[in-house]
Amino acid sequence: MRTVGGPRRLSRQRRRALLTGLLFQLPWLLGFAVFLLYPALASFYYSFTRYSLFKSPRWIGLDNYRNLFGDQFFIQYDSLGHFFQSAVGNTLYLMVIGVPATTLFAFVVAMLLNTEVKGIALWRTLCFLPAVMSPLAASILWVWVFNPQFGIVNAFLSFLHLPQPGWLNDPTWSKPTLILLNLWQVGFSMIIYLAALQGVPKELYEAVAIDGGGFWARLRYITIPLVSPVTLFNLITGIIAALQFFTQAYTIAGASGNPQSSLLFYVTYIYTSAFQNFDMGYASAMSWLLFLVIALCTAVLLLASRRWTYYER
Amino acid sequence: MAVTGVHPVRIAKGSGRHRRSAARRRARRLLTYLGVALAVSLFVIPFIWMIVTSLKSPEDLTAHPLSWLPQGLYLRNYPDALSIIPYMQYLGNTMLICIPAVIGTLLSCSMAAYSLACVRWPGRGISFGLVLSTMMLPYPVTIIPLYLVFRHLGWIDIAGGYLPLTVPAFFGAPFFIFLLRQFFVSIPVELSEAAKVDGTSELRIFSQIILPLARPALATTALLTFLYTYTDFLNPLIYISDPDRFTLSLGLLGYFGQHGAAWGPLMAASAMFTVPTAVLFLIAQRTFIQGIATSGLKG
Repeated sequence: MRTVGGPRRLSRQRRRALLTGLLFQLPWLLGFAVFLLYPALASFYYSFTRYSLFKSPRWIGLDNYRNLFGDQFFIQYDSLGHFFQSAVGNTLYLMVIGVPATTLFAFVVAMLLNTEVKGIALWRTLCFLPAVMSPLAASILWVWVFNPQFGIVNAFLSFLHLPQPGWLNDPTWSKPTLILLNLWQVGFSMIIYLAALQGVPKELYEAVAIDGGGFWARLRYITIPLVSPVTLFNLITGIIAALQFFTQAYTIAGASGNPQSSLLFYVTYIYTSAFQNFDMGYASAMSWLLFLVIALCTAVLLLASRRWTYYER
Repeated sequence: MAVTGVHPVRIAKGSGRHRRSAARRRARRLLTYLGVALAVSLFVIPFIWMIVTSLKSPEDLTAHPLSWLPQGLYLRNYPDALSIIPYMQYLGNTMLICIPAVIGTLLSCSMAAYSLACVRWPGRGISFGLVLSTMMLPYPVTIIPLYLVFRHLGWIDIAGGYLPLTVPAFFGAPFFIFLLRQFFVSIPVELSEAAKVDGTSELRIFSQIILPLARPALATTALLTFLYTYTDFLNPLIYISDPDRFTLSLGLLGYFGQHGAAWGPLMAASAMFTVPTAVLFLIAQRTFIQGIATSGLKG
C-alpha cells in the first residue's frame, strides 16, 4: 500500500500522524510547560533574589545560599547533638537510618508473607492495610500509641518493668519513633518485594538444596541477588520520600519541629520559610539545593548499584 | 557439570541425616508461624488500639492500670466527632477535590499514553523521554513557583482555592502516563491497525478499542489518584485558607491542634477518615496490588 502512494503520500501520512500524536499529547505538554518547566526555571531565578510576595523580586546573587549555611534551623555544625536539631541533620538521619531500616523491614516481612502459612491471604492484607491509612491520621494515632502516660507502648513496657521513654516528647527518641511510624506504613515497598519473591523460579532453590545448601545459602545466593533490582527501587524511592518528608512531621511536631527542633525536616522548613516568613527567594534556594541532592543521591545509587544488582538476561 | 560425580554420595549422606532434618524442618515451621504472628500483630495492634480508644469514655482512657477492653461500650465519641468538626461538610469538600482530580488524571494521562504507545509520530521518543525524566522531579522544587503562578492567575482567592488542587490533574501526571503507556504497549497492534484500515478515526480507536481493554490499568490509576488526593495534606494546607472549605485532612489537623487531649473523639474521627480508603482497598485489592507491583518492578 505504501509503495503505491509514493513519497509524497507517505509524508502526508506522517504529517497526519504528527498532528494526531501532538493533539493527544497536548494536555500533558501544556501541563509540562506550565506546571513543571516554568515553575522549575522560575524558582531557579527566585533563588537568587529577595522576594517577599508583597514586593517584586530583587536580585541579591548568592546571598540566599550563603545565608542558608549560617542558619541554625537549616544546619548546625558545632556538635553532633545540635546537628540533629536542624533541618539538614534530621533529614539526613531519616535517610541514613530510616531508609535502610524500612527497606530491610519490608524485605523481612515480605519473606514471612511469602511462606505457606494457613490464611496467608488475610495476613498479607492486614500487613498492607496501614499503608492506605492517611499519613495524617496515622501520625495522630502514633502520638496516642506512644503517649508517655496513657499510651499502649508504655503500658506494655511498664508491665514488663522496663524503662519507659518519653518517645515523641524526648529529642533523643523522637526521630526513632517517627521511623517506627514509617516501618508501620511500609506496605507499598513490602508488596513490591513480595511480587519479586514470588517471581523467583523454584528450580533455583531446588538447585541449592541439591548442593546441600540451607536457608542461609538460599538467601545469600538466590533470593537477595534476584530481588536486588527491587531493593534498588525501594532504596531510591525511599530516599526521595525521606528528603520530601513533611506530613507526618508537621502533624506531630508542627512547623517548629518540637521537641528542640528534633523533628524539623527539610520540607517543613521550606514550607515555613515560604508560607509563614514569606521569604520566597530563600525557600526557592532551599528547593534547588534539595533537587541537586536528590539528583546526586539517585545517580550515586544507580552507579553503585551496578556492583550489586542482578538482572536476568 | 563436575557435581554429577559427587551426586550419589550427597544423597546418601542426606538420607543419613533424615530424622534430624525433619526435626529442623518442624522447628523452622514453628519459627515461621511465630514470625508471621509477630509481624501481623505489630501491624494490627495500632489499628485495634484506635478502635478501642474510640469506644472508651474519657475517664476510662486515663484509668490506671490501663485496660484493653473498654468498660462498657461508649458510643458518644462518634456523634461527637461528627459534630465538633463539620465532618460531613469536610467530607463533601474532599470529594469536590477528589472527583475532578480522578477524572482529570484518567483523561489526560490516557490521552498522552495513547499518543506515546499507539501513534507513530516524529517526536514521540523525545516526548517519552520528557515523561521519564520528570517522573522523579521532586515536588518541593515546584511548590513555591507553582503557588506564585496560581497567585498571578488569581486562583488563590476564587472557588475556595480548589482550582490549584484540581485543574493540574487535567494536564497529566508523568507517573500515570508511564504506567498507562506500559499497559497500552502490551495491547496487540493488530487490533488498532485493523480498525485503521477500516477507516475508523483515531479518537474512536482510542475510546472504543484501547480504553475498554485497558480497564485494569485505568482502575489502578483511578485508585491511586483517589488515595493520594483523599489523604493529601500539603497542597490543601497551602491553598485552602477558609475553614468552611477545609478538607478532612485540614479539619482533622485543626481539631488535633485545638483539642489534642480529646483522644476518644479524635480516634473516632481518624477511624472514620480511614474507613473509605480501607474499604476501597479491600474491594479492589487485586487490581491495586498488581498495579503497584508492576509499576515498581518496571520502574
